[in-house]
Amino acid sequence: MSRTAIFENADEAVSDVEDGSAVLVGGFGLAGMPFALIDALIRQGAKELTVISNNAGNGEVGVAALLNAGRVRKMVCSFPRQSDSYVFDQLYREGKVELEVVPQGNLAERLRAAGAGLGAFYCPTAVGTPLAEGKESRVIEGRTYLLEYPIRGDYALVSAHRADHMGNLVFRKTARNFGPVMATAATTTIVQVDDVVPTGGLDPEAVVTPGIYVDRVVRVPARISSMQEDR
Amino acid sequence: MALTPAEVAAVVARDIPDGSYVNLGIGQPTQVADHLQAGSGVVLHTENGMLNMGPSAAPDAVDPDLTNAGKVPVTELPGASYFHHADSFAMMRGGHLDVCVMGAFQVSVTGDLANWHTGAPDAIPAVGGAMDLAIGARHVFVMMTLFDKMGRPKLVPECTYPLTGVGCVSRVYTDVAVIDVGPDGARLRETFGTSPRELHEQLGVPLIMPG
Repeated sequence: MSRTAIFENADEAVSDVEDGSAVLVGGFGLAGMPFALIDALIRQGAKELTVISNNAGNGEVGVAALLNAGRVRKMVCSFPRQSDSYVFDQLYREGKVELEVVPQGNLAERLRAAGAGLGAFYCPTAVGTPLAEGKESRVIEGRTYLLEYPIRGDYALVSAHRADHMGNLVFRKTARNFGPVMATAATTTIVQVDDVVPTGGLDPEAVVTPGIYVDRVVRVPARISSMQEDR
Repeated sequence: MALTPAEVAAVVARDIPDGSYVNLGIGQPTQVADHLQAGSGVVLHTENGMLNMGPSAAPDAVDPDLTNAGKVPVTELPGASYFHHADSFAMMRGGHLDVCVMGAFQVSVTGDLANWHTGAPDAIPAVGGAMDLAIGARHVFVMMTLFDKMGRPKLVPECTYPLTGVGCVSRVYTDVAVIDVGPDGARLRETFGTSPRELHEQLGVPLIMPG
């Protein structure tokens, strides 16, 4: 009996998310966005969420739909402003959502640090820029670094290609993006996949995220086709 | 004649050594790919997790799981590899990328870069991977027009826009000149459709002249 639970539908998988949770949401633009889990979270109703994701939503789907439903108190992301981020743009200008901008590599590494048990790390990115304000710095071998703290989630919502019953994951192409690091950085990691195969059905050499990081798996067969319709 | 953006892209491509690992920023730098010679062995990195990225996907061959950093559907070349975001930025920050090419609002003569934020009070800040690339790639090339729409130089003694990185740019490719920047100041390499003397007067910044 694996510790990873396989759920029949996305609503059950997100049923316990509480108001005020920090939710890591995978995806880069639409690639790797866990649409079914986000839609289920909207139906579930949790509010006052802090959402950590690379972007602040595209169009009216995914993170944009969560924002549009008024469930997000704060966005932590690297690139909120895009050609189709009008939902976020309006909420931000109306003062209805907070924004913390984090350089993309720092976002990834701070998530990685959380999953790897680090207290903080020194990073050269953003030295001398407005994003360095208020951060501790240190010169190491002649180069200046900033102290960066981990970003943890109460939940991670991730989209992967295929899982086995132990929660081992493989991804597809650039839809991998933040998924593997976010899976390590949350108390509860929930993954939607195109397909679930029996344990032993994945090549161990090809597993990207070992099941130890994965708490819940939901099969959502129509991920790619529904994404295309949404475009 | 001043160069078109495509011609500037060709000049950048000419200066990228064969076999380099290269990241091309969103927007005009993407055009550099069109001018790389077949067989150059240049490998394109896209920060959303891929090496040996191919050209944009044909409309009937779009895979929503395969995009570049600008979210444009792309293709993979033989020998491509995929990796997650922390690895993608570790290879960048770790100095494994030879060249990145980015756009800019301003570059200072000592190589400071401003390209993420105009500082306007109503602007929504968005940095993406620009700060990571600025300090990570071994050579940071900027591709921009040398003057803004108001005719003001974008190569400046000191940036007035919020910085992306300090002393990180090594060379600026523009429509009228290629200029090295760094700790010793700005050094003019070549001009297009203007003379070095004319350009120096127009720019009004200290400029080490060629030859």
